[in-house]
Amino acid sequence: MAAKAFDEMNSGTPGSGTGDSVRAPYRGVANWLARTSPERVAATRHEVDLFYRRHGITFGAYGAVDGHETTIPFDIIPRVIAWDEWEYLYKGLVQRVQALNAFLADAYGAREICRAGVIPESQILMNAEFVAMAQGLALPGGVHAHIAGIDLVRVGEKDFYVLEDNVRTPSGVSYVLENREVMMRLAPELFSAMRVLPVANYSEELLATLRSVSFSDDAEPNVVLLTPGHFNSAYFEHAFLADEMGIELCEGADLFVDEGRVYMRTPRGPQRVDVIYRRVDDAFLDPLAMRPDSFLGVAGLLGALRAGRVNIVNALGNGVADDKSTYTYVPEMIRFYLGEEPILSNVPTWRCDRPGDFKYVLEHLPELVVKEVHGSGGKGMLVGPTSSKAEIEAFAGFVRARPDNYIAQPTLALSTCPTFVGQGVAPRHVDLRPFVLSGRKVTIIPGGLTRVALKEGSLVVNSSQGGGTKDTWVLAPEAGTGG
Amino acid sequence: MLSSTAKNLYWMGRYLQRAKSTARLIEATQRMALQSRGEEAAGVAAIFGMEDEFRQTQEQGGRLASLIDFLVLDERNPSSIVSSIAAARSNAREERNNITVDVWESLNALWLELSTRLRSDRATLDRGALIESVKKQAVMIFGAAQVTLLRDEAYHFLQLGAFLERGDNTARILDVKFHLLRPDGNPNAGGLDFFAWSEVLACIGAVRTYRRIYRSALDPAKVAELMILRRDVPRSVHHCLWMVDLNMRELADVYGTHGEADRLAGELHTRLRYARVDKIFQIGLAKFLGGVRDDIATLSDEIGRQFLLD
Repeated sequence: MAAKAFDEMNSGTPGSGTGDSVRAPYRGVANWLARTSPERVAATRHEVDLFYRRHGITFGAYGAVDGHETTIPFDIIPRVIAWDEWEYLYKGLVQRVQALNAFLADAYGAREICRAGVIPESQILMNAEFVAMAQGLALPGGVHAHIAGIDLVRVGEKDFYVLEDNVRTPSGVSYVLENREVMMRLAPELFSAMRVLPVANYSEELLATLRSVSFSDDAEPNVVLLTPGHFNSAYFEHAFLADEMGIELCEGADLFVDEGRVYMRTPRGPQRVDVIYRRVDDAFLDPLAMRPDSFLGVAGLLGALRAGRVNIVNALGNGVADDKSTYTYVPEMIRFYLGEEPILSNVPTWRCDRPGDFKYVLEHLPELVVKEVHGSGGKGMLVGPTSSKAEIEAFAGFVRARPDNYIAQPTLALSTCPTFVGQGVAPRHVDLRPFVLSGRKVTIIPGGLTRVALKEGSLVVNSSQGGGTKDTWVLAPEAGTGG
Repeated sequence: MLSSTAKNLYWMGRYLQRAKSTARLIEATQRMALQSRGEEAAGVAAIFGMEDEFRQTQEQGGRLASLIDFLVLDERNPSSIVSSIAAARSNAREERNNITVDVWESLNALWLELSTRLRSDRATLDRGALIESVKKQAVMIFGAAQVTLLRDEAYHFLQLGAFLERGDNTARILDVKFHLLRPDGNPNAGGLDFFAWSEVLACIGAVRTYRRIYRSALDPAKVAELMILRRDVPRSVHHCLWMVDLNMRELADVYGTHGEADRLAGELHTRLRYARVDKIFQIGLAKFLGGVRDDIATLSDEIGRQFLLD
C-alpha cells in the first residue's frame, strides 16, 4: 500500500497555534468527543438504529414475511468540510457536470468531439449503453444529466480526486437528508458549537430543476416520479423524494400513452404528465422500444419523448458518459467544450484495451485496483494490495480474456474520519458523493453522501459491501472570509 | 392522486377492518365455547362461508382450535388475520407518501409484532394475546387515521373500504347466527337462549350497548334491530352504509361527477334508513340481509369501475 492515509481530523500541523494536531474544521467534533461519555454514545447509537427501523428507512429485501429488512449503518460522528474546501469542490463539480452535459448533447448530436479527434467515435457508438433512440433529440436546455452523483475521494490536505461519475439514476440523497434529521435530533449541542450549512432545501431545488426542463410552457408542469416498485432496494428513497416534492409516485401501470401524450390514471380521469423523474433503468422504460419483457415501463413512452410531449429525467443513454472507460476522457471534454483546465483531477487510469496499459496492468496487479468498465456497487473488482495471490491470478485471467472490459487505477490511500467501532473511536476510510442538479441552472446543496468502510483497512465503501454512512457537514464561511 | 393510490387505500381499509372483525368474532366464539355445547366451530365456519372446508378438516379430526388457526395464523388463507394485516401493511407501504407517519408506524408496528409472534413455536404461541393485540392496535390505527389524515380523496377511499367491509361483516354475522338459532326465521319462536344471543352481540362488541339502548332482556328482534338499523351503533349495517354514502358524496364533491356507484350507495343507505324491523321479518331476515350483501358486493365493483381502480 502507498502512503499513509490522510486523517481528516488529526492530520493538522502541531504548533499551528492550537496546541494539538486537530485540523481546524474538526475542532468542534473533537471537543464533543472528548466531553461525551462512552455510555451516552452507546445509548445514542442504539437510538439511531431504532429511529431508522421505526421509520422503515430500510434497504434490501422488501416485504419479506419474516420482517427482515436491514438498515444501512449510520455513524454519528459527522464528516466535516471547511467552507474554502467546499468552494473549491463546488467550482470543480459545476465545471465537470457542465462538460458531461455538453458531451452527452454532442454524443447524441453531431459528435463534434469525434470530428475534432479528441474521442474516437467508437467510444460512443460501440458502447453497450448507447441508445440509438436518443440520437438527434433536442432536450429542453440541452440537459441530459439533470441529477449527477460525482464520487470524490480525498488523499491529502489539498488533494481530491474524482473516482467516478454517476449520471444514470444516482441514489443515496435520501440518506443525506435523513442523516441530517437524525443528527439534529441526537446531537443538538454539536450544531450550536459549529455553523453547519443546511441541506433540507434539496427537494425544493430538485422539483424546480425538474419543472425547468418540461417541453411545455405550463407554469406548473406535472412532474411524476417513476419507480420500479416497492421491491426495489431504493424504494424508500423514491417514496421519500416523491413525498418531499409533493408529486405522484408512479409505477409503470399508473401511466399510459395516448395520441403521443403521457397520462396518469386518477379517479378523476386521465391527467397529463409533462416530466418523468424516472428511477427505472433505460432497458425497462418502454417495452415497445427497449426490452419487450419489461413490466416496469410504459408502452409508447419513447415515442412521446421523441414527439417532444414528455421529458424523461435523467435522459436516455447517459451510460455513454459515466462508464469507467469514458471517464478517462472527461478532462479532455472539459478542455474541448469549456476551454478550461479541469479543477478536479481524475485518478490516473490504465485502460486494458490499450496494449501498453494492458502490459503494465498485468505486471502490477498486486498494487492496483482493477474494475469492470460497466461495473457498479463495488462488485467485479480487484483490490490488489488486499487480495491473495490466488485471487490476483484468477482476476488476471478475466482481464486477459476481455481486456476491453477492464480499467485499472493505483490504490489510493482514501482519507479517514473518526468512526465509532466496537471498542471506541477509530479512523475509517471515507468517500463523498455530492449531488449536482442541472436544469436551467446548476445547483448543488452543500454536502453530499459520505460513505464509510466500517471494516478496518477496507477501501470499499458501498452499502452492499458492508459500508455505512455519515452526515456530511459543510461549515458556513467565517465572518469576514466572504462566500 | 393516482387511481392506484385510491385502490391501495381502499383495500388497506378493507383488510384492516377484516382483521379486526375476525379477531372480535373469534374472541366471542371462544368465550362461548368455554361455557356451552361446542357447536360454535360449525357456526364460525358458516360465517366465513367455509362449511365444506370445515367438514373436511372435521373428518380428519379437526376441531375448533384448528379452524381458529386457519382463520388467525394461516398465511395460505388470504382472509386470515395474519394475511389481512400483511396485505393492509403492503398497501400502506406502497402509499407511504400518502398517509401520515402515525398511521404508517402504528400499522408497521402491528405487522412487526405479528411477524415476531409467528416465529415462535406453534405449540406455545399465545393466540389470545395475538388476537387481543390485533383488536387493540387496529383501533389505534383507525384512530391515528381519524386524527392525523388530511381530509382529501385518499382519506375518503380509506373510509369507504373500512365501512363497506364492516357493514358486510355485521350483516354476515347476523345472517348466519340467526339462521343457526332460529332456522325458521321467526324471532318469537322457541326458547330464549340468553348466552347464544349475547354471543351474537359480542361478535360486534355491542352487549353493553344493547343494555344501554333497550334496558330490557335480550330479545332476538331487538338484537336484529340494533345490528341492522340503529344508526347510532357504529357497527350496525345502517351506520356503515350511511358512512359509505357520506364518503361517496365527498368524493362526488371533489370530482364533480356522479355514477352508478353514487346511485347505489344512496339507494342502499336509504333502504336501511327507512326500514322497520317488523317489515324485515315479514320479508324474511335472510332475504333482506342477502339482498343488502349482494348490493354491497355490487357497490364495491362499481366503485372500482367508476374510479378506475381495476
